Amino acid sequence: MNFASGESHESGSGRERPADARRVDGNAAGGLFSEIFVPDLTTARAKCAGCGAEGMIGSLPVYAHGMGTVVRCPKCDRVVLRVARTPQHVWLDATGATCIVISRGT
Amino acid sequence: MLRSGDTLELRGPIGGYFVWDIPVGGPLLLVGGGSGIVPLMAMLRHRNAALASDIEARHRLPARLLYSSRRWDEVIYREELSRLAEKDPTLEVMHTLTREQPQGWTGFTRRIDRAMLEMVAWPPSELPRIFICGPTPLVESVATTLVELGHNPSLVKTERFGPTGGSV
Repeated sequence: MNFASGESHESGSGRERPADARRVDGNAAGGLFSEIFVPDLTTARAKCAGCGAEGMIGSLPVYAHGMGTVVRCPKCDRVVLRVARTPQHVWLDATGATCIVISRGT
Repeated sequence: MLRSGDTLELRGPIGGYFVWDIPVGGPLLLVGGGSGIVPLMAMLRHRNAALASDIEARHRLPARLLYSSRRWDEVIYREELSRLAEKDPTLEVMHTLTREQPQGWTGFTRRIDRAMLEMVAWPPSELPRIFICGPTPLVESVATTLVELGHNPSLVKTERFGPTGGSV
């Protein structure tokens, strides 16, 4: 919910997919990200390559399917991060994020 | 599908986003639905332990929990919450029971809505730190409403756990 953009929240503007009860958030993807990233990604900030909105990954909408896990921008609904696992590999597509900023402090 | 007797491997704790501790400050507003109470309970236990003997600190950092469950016998940590609130006047625990209420119940009896949040939440000018955890529809509805009521989105943290088997 603290995706700072000027518009304040996900579900009010009617511009993206309708409310989906199965949606979780970056907190639920924390374990998956810990397989790829050493620091805690839930407190890292991501900037959407689509609309430029940025916020903490813990607050971003996440959809987990059998094929993989998708993190979306709450403002424009583009995919910010996509992770898929196969028996041999973990695939990370971060092209939807202009950058990811990880704090060194905590 | 899990069966009794299965071995689980646990990893963690993971995730510093949905975390509150004393330095984050308050007042502290916690809103939970069903098993969403779990991380909120950790916060209340931490607050209780850290401020055990410091009454002034408790008054500077009051806490309120609004907890939605379907029925009284489904309320998780029911006794512990009652004990904590009883001995600490700076902690208020408010339940809403959305499907069934015990005889003599005087608390809320409906899903969390704007009117309830207006009653329970501190005014935005107090800058409460807000944590909302539960089924996705509840979390998103509560978060949206609190922001509409004027709370700073950067002070509203959310943890959604997806759909629930029934509604809270």
